[in-house]
Amino acid sequence: MAVSSVTTNERAPLLEVRDLVKHFPLRRGMLANLAGDSEAVHAVNGVSFSVRRGGSIGLAGESGCGKSTTAKMLLRLFEPTSGQIIFDGQDIVTLKGADLKAFRRRAQLMFQNPYESFSPRFTIFRSLVEPLLIHGVKDADERTRRVWQALNDVNLQPAESFFQKFPHQLSGGQLQRVVLARSLVLEPEFLAADEPVSMLDVSVRAGILNTMKEQAAQRNLTTVYISHDLSLIQYLCETTAIMYLGQIVEMGPTAGVINEPQHPYTKALISTIPIPEPERKKTTIPIEGGVPSAISLPSGCTFHPRCPFAMDICERKVPPPLDLGQGRTVRCFLYGGKNEADEVGKNAAAA
Amino acid sequence: MARATTSSELIPVIPETQGGSGLGRLARSSVDILKRDRFALAGVIIYLVIILVAILAPVIAPYDPHAVLTRNGAWLTNQNPNGTFLLGTTNVARDIFSQLVYGARPALLVGFSAAFFVALIGTVIGLIAGYFGGIIDTLLMRLTDIAFGIPFIPFVIVLVAFLGPSIWNVVLAMALLLWRDTARVIRSQVLTLRSRTFVQAARISGASSWRIMFLYIAPNILPLSMLYGTLAIGWAILTEASVSFLGFGDPKVVSWGFMLQDAYVSQALARGAYFWFIPPGICIMLAVMAGFFIGRGYEELLFPRLRGR
Ligand SMILES: Nc1ncnc2c1ncn2[C@@H]1O[C@H](COP(=O)(O)OP(=O)(O)OP(=O)(O)O)[C@@H](O)[C@H]1O
Ligand code: SF4
Ligand SMILES: [Mg+2]
Repeated sequence: MAVSSVTTNERAPLLEVRDLVKHFPLRRGMLANLAGDSEAVHAVNGVSFSVRRGGSIGLAGESGCGKSTTAKMLLRLFEPTSGQIIFDGQDIVTLKGADLKAFRRRAQLMFQNPYESFSPRFTIFRSLVEPLLIHGVKDADERTRRVWQALNDVNLQPAESFFQKFPHQLSGGQLQRVVLARSLVLEPEFLAADEPVSMLDVSVRAGILNTMKEQAAQRNLTTVYISHDLSLIQYLCETTAIMYLGQIVEMGPTAGVINEPQHPYTKALISTIPIPEPERKKTTIPIEGGVPSAISLPSGCTFHPRCPFAMDICERKVPPPLDLGQGRTVRCFLYGGKNEADEVGKNAAAA
Repeated sequence: MARATTSSELIPVIPETQGGSGLGRLARSSVDILKRDRFALAGVIIYLVIILVAILAPVIAPYDPHAVLTRNGAWLTNQNPNGTFLLGTTNVARDIFSQLVYGARPALLVGFSAAFFVALIGTVIGLIAGYFGGIIDTLLMRLTDIAFGIPFIPFVIVLVAFLGPSIWNVVLAMALLLWRDTARVIRSQVLTLRSRTFVQAARISGASSWRIMFLYIAPNILPLSMLYGTLAIGWAILTEASVSFLGFGDPKVVSWGFMLQDAYVSQALARGAYFWFIPPGICIMLAVMAGFFIGRGYEELLFPRLRGR
């Protein structure tokens, strides 16, 4: 149905993110601006990645490292402070009106909390038919058919038995399936999922992840999964990006990143995955100190206060992204880049 | 889970309008509240009685409230209550009971129309300010501050003096000023609703601002609008009474406030004609209290934790 997908190169990335930055000003208003008050939460600090059509990338990292903020920028819920989001060749950051609406039809987001994802006053049918009404599907039978199909596709069967239910009458697992169905009902090309199962009972997680994987494959969806749970990302994503304080510190094919982590932070994260019971994870990192505040970021490599390998240069300079070959990049002076650092440091300061 | 067939004969045709609308649910939970809350029930009964009396006024009232009653050509002034004149007569020989009965009409008219406009204007302003934020919010909230700065009764009096005495001008004055409380409360409610996940989900679906405001947010603040509406009913009746008592009322309309003023200027107090001024006073009090009780019931509906166990 998507006309554009026919014409574009299969190899070209559907989504390309360039140097995405999001700062939340701490104080707003004219006075703060006049006083040149620039204190802000540095939620995302220069994130770049790309996903091919039909590909999948996982963003992993500790709480507060800017995963959700990144996802919300991708879906135009937050406006980036700077950077570009190229979707199918078009920068979507500046889209407005009808163009934005056209983008909304093609890109969807699943939220973490299924209980909060629906208007409590709408039936499931009503909630699912909304996107179709908004995007002008005129024929009522067609709408009903598509809602039914979407519910059926996410294994809520018999689909019609859910039509007249209210959200509070469904279990968390069922509701998250409905969230998935709503994301699929417009037949999008891109789907981001922010911690899609972390609110759910452990017993239903695997089933939902299976359905998501299955649907993504069937529909050739391009997906971004966000989770602090590396085993989930390992299961769903071909590419993995590890985030720390609003930056991607390491990225590459999932198997490589997880089996041979390079960045000290990634190594620490991986060491916390309990292999036999992937669902019982607790991200405790065996490194001193907690995550520093995103309001005043550490200088140089933002990981240096906690890094067991920290060197002098780490405090002073920002490590540039280094290409390790085989599609892998890492931001760490252990792998070189000390000479390029000056230049990158300047660029970072200018941004 | 087994995968069912995807054949389309299985699909039932269910009209989209089915299911619980905001109003339907509100009605259902209102009934629940009434079952539990005696005060709210009393409030509703009081209003039902007033409404009934207002509708049936010509049947219930034995005389025309404006008519000067005479017997053998003599004016029946200042009669004490008796079998013919349940509450006696005024100093110009009008039947007080009939006036009391007809007084229900302007009370309801003012009460409900003012409440309607107060709730409507306040809700729309609160919605727009809270949802759009930014400069629109700032402008609307400054306007609200100005409305808060204007003393209410003097404003009504000036407006009525300017536009002429009519109960509709009292309604207008309330509509122009009293939306302020509703707007503020609705706005703060909208601010929290706006960041709720289901509203963000609607944005992701491509819903327009107006669709989100009126389909997703408004149904969730409707009970709050109703609360401020019910509270405004009592306020409006009291305001009309105050304005009439101060002599700025519509002299052609027999309202409870008008009766009080009439009694006051006719020295009814000094003569101890309690039957003249106490009944309209009680009616005003009951109407205001009933509005308050119903409002309190709504508050419980909105904030269930207030409910005594
Ligand atoms: N609307 C906002 N206003 C101000 N600060 C925000 C806002 N949203 C997020 N932040 C801050 O930005 C930082 C990144 O938040 P974000 O929600 O993206 O983290 P996350 O990686 O999704 O964490 P989690 O795993 O806990 O969901 C945090 O410090 C957070 O407090
Ligand atoms: S750049 Fe330095 S501080 Fe940062 S991760 Fe590498 S070694 Fe550690
Ligand atoms: Mg998050």
